[in-house]
Amino acid sequence: MGVFLVRRLATLVATLLGASVVIFLVLEILPGNAALTLLGADASPDAVAALTRKLGLDQPALTRYLEWIGGLLSGNLGVSYAYSTPVSDLIRGGLAISLPLAVMSMLLTVAIALSLGVFAAARHNTLADTGLMGVSQIGIAIPNFWFAILLILLFAVQLHWFAAGGFPGWADGPLPALRALVLPALALAVVQAAILARVTRSSIIEVMREDFVRTARAKGLTKRQALWRHVLRNAMIPVITIMGLQFANLIAGTVVIENVFYLPGLGRLIFQAINNRDTIVVRDCVMLLAALVVAVNFVVDLVYVVIDPRLKASEL
Amino acid sequence: MSAASLLQARALRHPSFVAGLVLVLLLIAMAALSLVWTPWPAGEMDIPHKLALPSAAHWFGTDSLGRDVASLIMAGARNSILVGVIAVAIGLIVGSAVGLTAAAAKGWVEELAMRLSDFTFAFPAILSAIMLTALFGPGIVNSIIAIGIFNIPVFARVTRASANAVWTREYILAARVAGKNRLQITLEHVLPNILAVIIVQATIQFATAILAEAALSYLGLGTQPPQPSWGRMLNEAQLLMFQAPRLAIYPGVAIALSVLGLNLLGDGLRDLLDPRLARRR
Repeated sequence: MGVFLVRRLATLVATLLGASVVIFLVLEILPGNAALTLLGADASPDAVAALTRKLGLDQPALTRYLEWIGGLLSGNLGVSYAYSTPVSDLIRGGLAISLPLAVMSMLLTVAIALSLGVFAAARHNTLADTGLMGVSQIGIAIPNFWFAILLILLFAVQLHWFAAGGFPGWADGPLPALRALVLPALALAVVQAAILARVTRSSIIEVMREDFVRTARAKGLTKRQALWRHVLRNAMIPVITIMGLQFANLIAGTVVIENVFYLPGLGRLIFQAINNRDTIVVRDCVMLLAALVVAVNFVVDLVYVVIDPRLKASEL
Repeated sequence: MSAASLLQARALRHPSFVAGLVLVLLLIAMAALSLVWTPWPAGEMDIPHKLALPSAAHWFGTDSLGRDVASLIMAGARNSILVGVIAVAIGLIVGSAVGLTAAAAKGWVEELAMRLSDFTFAFPAILSAIMLTALFGPGIVNSIIAIGIFNIPVFARVTRASANAVWTREYILAARVAGKNRLQITLEHVLPNILAVIIVQATIQFATAILAEAALSYLGLGTQPPQPSWGRMLNEAQLLMFQAPRLAIYPGVAIALSVLGLNLLGDGLRDLLDPRLARRR
């Protein structure tokens, strides 16, 4: 396990370094000079040159890359071109919305998906199973931003239970803020849960057919006992794979959903920063999201090994 | 009865396969028909008749510029099919090859392939699409490329995970003892056993591709005007949520039905093609 962990950590660092190079290079070829964008098209060439120097854009690419990485490691993320605010403040503000949103919707996703998946699998080929899977098919087919619009139509336009968008901030206590995140989290979770519930169900049904389950049943365990003691743990591998995949989708989803609900989160920050050619903000945010996804993949790999000892043997 | 006609007979008795097939054929027919005929010229503005209610003349009414919504929905089907087919093909071909190679080769090849896939994977589709479109300009081609690239690691990971499980089986050991090399084993034993998984994943990814294109167009980064797109119709509808909420319904239903049809079709195909499931029935 120790060797596996060290090797896996080394590749994690390598992946992050590679990601940083790609992000830097992609933004390097992004058309449009930040200084020119900030000053407007009518700015005099002298002013543009002066600002370019001030922003350090006249330095060689390698110098700027190393300065960026050094800044990231020392926690100094630089100052946004467009807002003249430290990038770390902007990111902290965005995370204060995006992180609770992502956590809320992932919890909702897992809660809905596992309960529905296990419920349906335990009643394989019954009316309840067929009905639930029919509903989940419709759930998968619905675009999350459309579901968000429908939620707004029902709960904001018709019933006035929630605001149609916007965010009150955390200053007035957690309740108003969490309330503003309920519809967005729900919009993100329902679609993901529909997918995960199907994966859970089919994985359980698959494992139910294995010989060791027949052995357990032959030993006298009821179907339910076999399910909880032997099937679930073995059925979790594909479920966790998909959960890992869904985390990336969830992050992508927040970018869209934050735009639907006008939430000033990380997604909206990136979206606006790209439009403003605010490359400092873009690269830090994208790097942060990339690091999050890489970290989740790392955890997923560790969980595999914990769940399935056979994989550990082959990995080592 | 021959194997093919047996398969055909089973297919026609499979309810979700039939339902999916009907929906997908409807989608294709709608897209094809829109090439030669729509109730009104798709995208033609008629400001005096803006926000008209559904009627015999305008089945789904008109939008804020007086465009016939039914015609726009029909023309929008073309976009979704185009994006879905190309983006999934990119992901499936490259991704499955990477996953199978990784599982067969083990060692540093597997490590490299999976770290590369992690690496692409670290950029969520919408995010990479936003960056790509910021670089090369918004548009349908760039969104297809971005969605396709995102599909590669999805297929690579799922293929490798299932292939690894197959490689631990006794029949693989038997095949190795019989002197078969890794390529033969991959093609003769691993691939057939994980094909169902790949097909199921392809249907999910096709759905995802259509959904992702709609999301990009909704954000204004995908399909550009005057090309009709369901995603952008939803964007325009959101601005009129209080005056004409019905405009937010039609494009969403069109997306949902297309994705539903493809998923049902994929599920049906899985049941019909998986020899293990087939034997049990």
